[in-house]
Amino acid sequence: MLEKATRSAIEVRSTTKIYGNDRASGVVAVDDVSLEITDNEFFTLLGPSGCGKTTLLRLIAGFEQPTQGEILLFGEHLEGLPPHNRSVNTVFQHYALFPHMTVSQNISFGLEMLGIDKIEIRKTVSRMLELVQMPQLADRKINQLSGGQQQRVALARALAPNPKVLLLDEPLSALDFKLRKEMQSELKRLQNETGITFIFVTHDQEEALTMSDRVAVMKDGQVLQVGKPREVYDHPAQRFVADFIGDINILRGELISTKKGEAKVKLASGFVGDAILPIGVGDISGVVNVAIRPEQLSFSNSTNSTLPGIIKEITYFGSGLHYEIELSTGETIKLRQQSVGRSNTEFSSGETVNIAVADDAIQVLVD
Amino acid sequence: MSDLSNTAHNKVRQAKDLKYQPGFSYITWLALFILYAPILILVLYSFNANRSVVVWTSFSTDWYVKAWHNEGIQSAALISLEVAVIAMVLSTTFATMAALVTTRTPPYKGMNISIAIINQPLMIPEIVTAVATLIFFAVIKKATGANGIGFLITAHTVFCIPFAYMPIRARLEDMDLSLEQAAADLYASPLMVFKRVTLPLMMPGVLSGAMLAFIVSVDDVVISLFVGGPGETTLPLYILGQIRRGVTPEVNAVSTVFLGISVILVTLIFLFGRPKSTRPEKSQ
Repeated sequence: MLEKATRSAIEVRSTTKIYGNDRASGVVAVDDVSLEITDNEFFTLLGPSGCGKTTLLRLIAGFEQPTQGEILLFGEHLEGLPPHNRSVNTVFQHYALFPHMTVSQNISFGLEMLGIDKIEIRKTVSRMLELVQMPQLADRKINQLSGGQQQRVALARALAPNPKVLLLDEPLSALDFKLRKEMQSELKRLQNETGITFIFVTHDQEEALTMSDRVAVMKDGQVLQVGKPREVYDHPAQRFVADFIGDINILRGELISTKKGEAKVKLASGFVGDAILPIGVGDISGVVNVAIRPEQLSFSNSTNSTLPGIIKEITYFGSGLHYEIELSTGETIKLRQQSVGRSNTEFSSGETVNIAVADDAIQVLVD
Repeated sequence: MSDLSNTAHNKVRQAKDLKYQPGFSYITWLALFILYAPILILVLYSFNANRSVVVWTSFSTDWYVKAWHNEGIQSAALISLEVAVIAMVLSTTFATMAALVTTRTPPYKGMNISIAIINQPLMIPEIVTAVATLIFFAVIKKATGANGIGFLITAHTVFCIPFAYMPIRARLEDMDLSLEQAAADLYASPLMVFKRVTLPLMMPGVLSGAMLAFIVSVDDVVISLFVGGPGETTLPLYILGQIRRGVTPEVNAVSTVFLGISVILVTLIFLFGRPKSTRPEKSQ
């Protein structure tokens, strides 16, 4: 049981994809990426457009062949296998539903191609329609469906052949905000119910954090950090990851102790605090960037081990307040204060304040 | 207030719109008259009871009956039909293959040149093609002793290919590649992708191409005149021959039927070839 749970579904081994002749003149879309995606996992590739996340997905689907490296599906080498011989299915960004077929013909297409008998196909199709909650639309044409309905059909079509891995290429990007929220929990539910490994591509960091078991943050064809959403959010290893996910303060500081578990950093303003070193990175010392989440900062009455600053701007955002504060060093930091009842201390612009930093809030970054 | 701004808006539109340039409507009516008046007169006099094609007496359908029973017209129509149907099937097949290669393979060296070569016959004066084909076929006929309508059909097939190619290629270019990728992703082999997805979706383009090829073949005079051997008189050639001997309303009647068929086919091409996106609609 335990062994099954940690079996790897997809293994990407030092894979590179170059469009063009060579590294110098071509475009390096995927650059020496190694990843292991576990069976039954909801895994997200997150990054800005052009970071190579979709190319990586297409390499797994078989629409592109890697320039270097290998990709394994449950231990089976995929190199040279055309898409129709791979037990992975894709939900395309704009769904790519067959416009000349009905909803149920679309869903049964993959099953027919696998040579499954008609009675079995009919059963699976109606099960899939139940699964995506639209059994009444079986005989509709694709152009009679709304965007959200097309999304569900695309999911049903890709899930019907019971693939070993489901690839989802920004499937929610074409939906409006409310529908997107709805489909996020729907996708999570489908993944739980089917037990199929999902590899989800998105540029939306919030989507990645709420849905995934693990997230890989990509930039310029490389994977910068892989981890559970919490880890990636709380302990970004690199400046790009810290910047890309959520709101964050990046300050200059000097490492004055790098002993494991007892690292200390001295910020430019003179403040000294415990720091967390990035995981899996060798020795670092000297002047570094550190990251602190705005919600890890709070106002303090004491001047002891706090950062002094002057409030520059206050923004109200419904569930709380957002402060821009200028430190004595000239650096500006953001502080986020959640409203708790009505008891919040009110500050106003231009006021001098002391800022306290929560424990374990200072993360040392690699550039 | 809103009335005022509306008038202002209309004035701006009038100034920009070509329709409101002075003399525009006169030119339009003149062009339409020159284009369609002869055809209307032709159709009108095909129903003339008199032998004359200039003096109207009374309505009659005699000339249609007479044309229908005319053996010369019958055999010319049959030859035209035979040549056009075979040339249509062959040229559409070749054009489909050419369109697939030029839209469904990764760009290769010389792709633009091959597209240009496929379209080139449209740019060459027909008389040049006709003379060249005549000489070329004469050489082959002399060397092999072969003869027959096959030569005329071959010539028609060749000049029909670019006409069939254009709508098929346009259709394929409008088709989203991800549909074929989705089919491959759902375990369809390349052959099944073609059969179940590419072919059904490109069919409107293929039908437009086929009908265009048919019309171009049926209409052709110059190449048929040069290449066609004895006993290979197509309908346009027969009509041309009749006119030399003096025009009777019988020619009008045949031409009118011909016109009717052309109009029907062109309408069908328009209906089939109407741009209808194959991309699924994005969400509202």
